Amino acid sequence: MAEIAALPIEAEAGRERYRALARRKLLILAAMTAALCLSFAVDLAWGPARYSLGEVIAALVNPSSVSAQVRAVVWDIRMPVAVMAIVVGAALSVAGAQMQTILANPLASPFTLGISAAASFGAALAIVTSVSIIPVAASLLVPVNAFIMALIATLFIHFVSQMRGVTVQTVVLLGIALVFTFNALLAFLQYLATEQALSAVVFWTMGSLTKATWPKIGMTLAVLLIALPLFARNAWALTAIRLGEDKAASFGVNVRRIRLETMLIVSLLAAVPVSFVGTIGFVGLVGPHIARMILGEDQRFFLPGSVLSGALLLSLTSIVSKSIIPGVVFPIGIITALVGVPFFFSLILSNRSRSW
Amino acid sequence: MVALQLQSVGAYHGRRLFVEDVTTPVMKAGEVVAVIGPNAAGKSTLFKRITGLLKGPGNIVIDGAKTKNAITYMPQDTSANAVLTVYESILLARKQGQSWAVGDRDLIFIDEIMKALNISSIAFRDLGALSGGQRQLVSIAQALSREPEIILMDEPTSALDLHRQVEVLDFMQRQARSKGMIVMIAIHDINQALRFADKVLVIANGRMRACGNPRDVVTVDMLRDVYKVHARIEKCSMDHDHVIVDGTAH
Repeated sequence: MAEIAALPIEAEAGRERYRALARRKLLILAAMTAALCLSFAVDLAWGPARYSLGEVIAALVNPSSVSAQVRAVVWDIRMPVAVMAIVVGAALSVAGAQMQTILANPLASPFTLGISAAASFGAALAIVTSVSIIPVAASLLVPVNAFIMALIATLFIHFVSQMRGVTVQTVVLLGIALVFTFNALLAFLQYLATEQALSAVVFWTMGSLTKATWPKIGMTLAVLLIALPLFARNAWALTAIRLGEDKAASFGVNVRRIRLETMLIVSLLAAVPVSFVGTIGFVGLVGPHIARMILGEDQRFFLPGSVLSGALLLSLTSIVSKSIIPGVVFPIGIITALVGVPFFFSLILSNRSRSW
Repeated sequence: MVALQLQSVGAYHGRRLFVEDVTTPVMKAGEVVAVIGPNAAGKSTLFKRITGLLKGPGNIVIDGAKTKNAITYMPQDTSANAVLTVYESILLARKQGQSWAVGDRDLIFIDEIMKALNISSIAFRDLGALSGGQRQLVSIAQALSREPEIILMDEPTSALDLHRQVEVLDFMQRQARSKGMIVMIAIHDINQALRFADKVLVIANGRMRACGNPRDVVTVDMLRDVYKVHARIEKCSMDHDHVIVDGTAH
């Protein structure tokens, strides 16, 4: 066995190959960004009135060059929904990615661990009883209640997962228990609700981007813009945590601090979009898995990859939701669930495949 | 040159004082120190205490260290299912606390370590696809990539075949000498400890039994008291001391 000789010596093979793989990953990220731009443009063009991509681009770049009708449809009607799809998809996907990282659990996501169910219950509480968990303006009652319940659920999962002897399986079972609990509470509220409130609750829990407004987009985007730099700063540490707690600690990572910090940010990332658009399941599960499969788990690539895959997934779903029945926009949560469930099954059945 | 000394060091595991009162002579740069003792004696706990991962009484005196993070701890082998290649896993060990940018110097260093440990051929394999022995070699590479001045290795050879065991211990001994590193190795094979260590620290039930020159520390009496075995210590044809175990003592 040779000494580790003084630098520099040949051994170019590993170095070159690593550089080549890193370049390939950057190319993949660039391709995903391009796909997202295209999907966004199609999302704007698609609907009861169909425009060509040329018209959409003209409306975006030079609004005065298109008719008032095109301008109104693209900018005022479709734009908030299309942007919300991207922002919410990105937020949920990153939330799922970091939950999976921190909890060392491939099945972790805001939806599977009951955070969405908690938010639904919070929202229903506001819609049916007008009971506010903390005092806020009536117009904010639904999102604030949803947010607080989601936050409570996230922190509950975090602290239980920190207890001694708690395994990966325990946390998933706990998540299932949370889903059942909040669904039961939700059913109870629905039973008590007036017909009008009931339909509002049902629509809310379905998850729909049509509730998008610019302030909601702004808040979700703000959370994302706070979260991403913090995660980026911890990129090496978060990647190390996937090698196991002991290993990460041996590299000088303060595992406890990173975990708590990450979980707090994740609770914001998961709760804010859910409180605005309702339950949109499986994006937070599928998004990170797609990113992991094509980019690996080096957070320098995995993190932007999760942002892009989640955004792209929900943007494409938004197009699909307008295409099933012409003139009808399906609640997007229904479609993500239909697509997500088979994926969820395949994850469980494949157990520990390359994708985890 | 770095030097390490433990003064009445203890370690808490939860609320319990799991290791107490470990005092060593000064360990100097270039030395290999074997830490031996029965299962659950407190070897890993002591290492974690020295690294700062556990709290406890006593002083850990480090003199002459060039950097703040002079100590690297290599934990016992654990399997990881992260979707990372061997190369990436070594890189991330090296880059902790640093920027995203990966320089040529980082990559050249990693290439050299992998070559030295003879694992260049598995550089781009997934961690999940490695055998136990390969995982252990990768762990060693991860620890060395941090350019430690003091390295604490928790049973680094337990999954290796005979050839690799000797190769790795010999390599670490030469690393210690050439880089002026202090290498502490928790190890079960007392004959390997006798062969490669400059000092041996014996720990049992969380207490230090002895620490010093291998020939003074590894005795028939110690083996009976600490390991509950009847043993002889004889010289082989190469003039090395060897422990031969005849049976258990009760």
